[in-house]
Amino acid sequence: MGRITLQGVQKSFGPVHIIKGADLEITDGSFVVFVGPSGCGKTTLLRLIAGLEDVTGGAILIDGRNVVDVPPAKRGLSMVFQSYALYPHMSVRGNIAFGLKMAGVAKDEINRKVEAAAATLNLTPYLDRKPRELSGGQRQRVAIGRAIVREPKAFLFDEPLSNLDAALRVQMRLEVTRLQKQLGTTAIYVTHDQVEAMTMADKIVVLNGGKIEQYGSPLELYEKPNNLFVAGFIGSPKMNFVTGELAKQQGATTIGVRPEHLKVERDGQGGWQGTVAVAEHLGSDTFLYVDAAALGMLTARYVGELDLHPGDKVSLIPDPARIHRFDDSGKSIHA
Amino acid sequence: MATQQTQLLARTLLTPAVALLFIWMIVPLALTIYFATLHYNLLDPGSESFVGLENFRYFLTDPAFLASLQNTLVLVGSVLAITIILGVPLALLLDQQVVGLSIVRLMVIAPFFVMPTVSALVWKNLLMHPVSGLFAWIAHLFGLPAIDWFNDAPLFSVILIVSWQWLPFATLILLTALQSLDEEQKEAAEMDGASAISTFVYITLPHLARPITVVILIETIFLLTVFAEIFVTTGGGPGLQTTNIAFLIYSQALIQYDVGSASAGGLVAVVLANIVAFFLVRIVGRNLEA
Repeated sequence: MGRITLQGVQKSFGPVHIIKGADLEITDGSFVVFVGPSGCGKTTLLRLIAGLEDVTGGAILIDGRNVVDVPPAKRGLSMVFQSYALYPHMSVRGNIAFGLKMAGVAKDEINRKVEAAAATLNLTPYLDRKPRELSGGQRQRVAIGRAIVREPKAFLFDEPLSNLDAALRVQMRLEVTRLQKQLGTTAIYVTHDQVEAMTMADKIVVLNGGKIEQYGSPLELYEKPNNLFVAGFIGSPKMNFVTGELAKQQGATTIGVRPEHLKVERDGQGGWQGTVAVAEHLGSDTFLYVDAAALGMLTARYVGELDLHPGDKVSLIPDPARIHRFDDSGKSIHA
Repeated sequence: MATQQTQLLARTLLTPAVALLFIWMIVPLALTIYFATLHYNLLDPGSESFVGLENFRYFLTDPAFLASLQNTLVLVGSVLAITIILGVPLALLLDQQVVGLSIVRLMVIAPFFVMPTVSALVWKNLLMHPVSGLFAWIAHLFGLPAIDWFNDAPLFSVILIVSWQWLPFATLILLTALQSLDEEQKEAAEMDGASAISTFVYITLPHLARPITVVILIETIFLLTVFAEIFVTTGGGPGLQTTNIAFLIYSQALIQYDVGSASAGGLVAVVLANIVAFFLVRIVGRNLEA
C-alpha cells in the first residue's frame, strides 16, 4: 500500500516561504509527476515527503499515518536522486544491497532480492562492477535497483533522467513507466520537463511559486487548464495568448489557443492575418511563427509538410471550440 | 614542423633549469659518496685516506644505529597513528556548521605554521617543564607529582610535540576531502536507513581512504627527518633514547667530527628511506590509483 496525503504542508527556510500550503491526495499505485519551472518548490516538496527536510507546518500521511516526525528510513519510501548518489567504493551488488544490510535482512535473502532486482533491470552481468565502470544509463538503473529492492510503499524520483542524453532519456522514460506499472508501486516523480510529465504520469501536479496550481490527469490539464500558468506550461509549443479587443468579444481578458488548434490558410481572408517570420519543417510537422501585427507573435502547428516560407502571408483560423478564456485574475472561465 | 620547433624550443629553454637541478643534486651526492669512503675526521686534519667500506661497517655495527633506527620507526609510526586517529574526528567536527567556525578552523590550523624550533621551545619551557611548566601546575592542582617529561618519557614527549605540529596538516587534508563528499550520497544512506555510525563506516571512511593515503605518504617523508624538535628538547638523550637516524648522523658529523662516518650514515639513511617508500607505495599507494 502506498497512499500519500498532504494536508496543508508548509516549508520555510528562514523568512522565505518555499511551500505555501500544499494539499494533495495520491492514491495507491498511481504515478504522480510534480512539474513546474525551476524554483517552484517541486524538489523541496519531494524532499519533505522523503523526510530529508522537516515541514514547517501541516501533515504528511502515508497510509493514514502522520509521518512528519518519522525519520526518512522508517517512512518506507525509497528515492532515486538526480546525481544517482551511488556509493562509489561499493560494487553494484553492494549498492543495491546496502539498504537491506542496514535493515538487518539475512544474507541469503539479500542475495536473492538483489539478484531478482538485477534481473528485472538487466544488471546481472554488471553486479560485481564499480559504479565508475558503468555508463550513465546503467548507473541510473543501479539507482533504481537500489530503490526497488527495499519494496517500498512509494518511489520518489528527483529528476532522475536529467543527466542522460536525449535518446537514452526517451528509452529510460519508457522503462521507468513500464517498471512502475509492473510493480504497481506508487511513484512520485519530479521533473521540469513537461513532455516527461505528460508521457509518464497518471496524474500531474503543476507547481508554481510554492503553490499547487492544478492536479489532474495529463489530458485534463491539456484540455481544461485552471489558469493561465497551467495553460502556458502544459503543451508544446506553448499556447498562444491574445488580449485586448478580440478577447473582450469573447467575454474574457485573455484568450488562449494552442498552436495545433489554429488552422493555417495561405492568403486567406478570415481569421487572424499575419506574415510568416520563421517556418520550421520537421517533415511530420510544420511549426510556423507568425507575426500577426497587433496580436503579437503567434505559433501554429500543421501536421505534415506545408510549403510556406518566411514572408508568406497567411491567415490563422482558431477552432472556436478550442478557445480557452481567462478572466482578470488569470483564472479559466468555463462555459 | 611547427610541433618539432616547439619541442626543440621547449627543450632548449628547459635545459638550464634541469641542468641546475641536476648539478644541485649530483654534486652533494657524489661528494657524500666520496667522503664515505675516506677516513676523514675534522679533529685530525690532513690525515684523509681511502678506507673503502670501513665507514659503513663502523656505522652499521654501531649499537647506536639500531637504537636510532628503532626510534625513527617508532616516532614515524606513532605520529602517523596519532595524527590520523585524531585528525578524522577533528575534521568531522570542523565540517559541522557552528558559529565562529572560521576562527576555530584558523586556530586548529595554526600549529602547522609555527616553526619546529619555536614549538619545541614552547613545549619544553612553558608546557612540559617540571618546575615552571603548565602541565606541572595542573598536576599540582590535583595533588599529583609533576612529571619530568624529557627524563621519564623522552621519546613520548618528542612524539607528542611532533604530533601536535602535524595534526593540523592531517586535519586540513581530511577536512577538504570531507567537504567534497557528495551530499546526496549521505542522504541516500539516510534513506537506506544507515545510522550515523554506519554512514561513517560505510560511506565516509571509504571516501577518506585516499586522503589518508596522501597524509601517510607526505607525513612519512617529513617525519623520517625530524631533527629540530629533538635538538632543542632532548639533544638525542637521555642516552640514545630520542636519537633518530637524522640526529645520529648529525652527532657523527658535528659532535664527533667524523665526516666519513657521517657521510656513510647519510647514504644508509637514503637507502632506508627508499626501502620505506617502496613498502609504503606497495601497501597504501594502490589507493591512489583512480
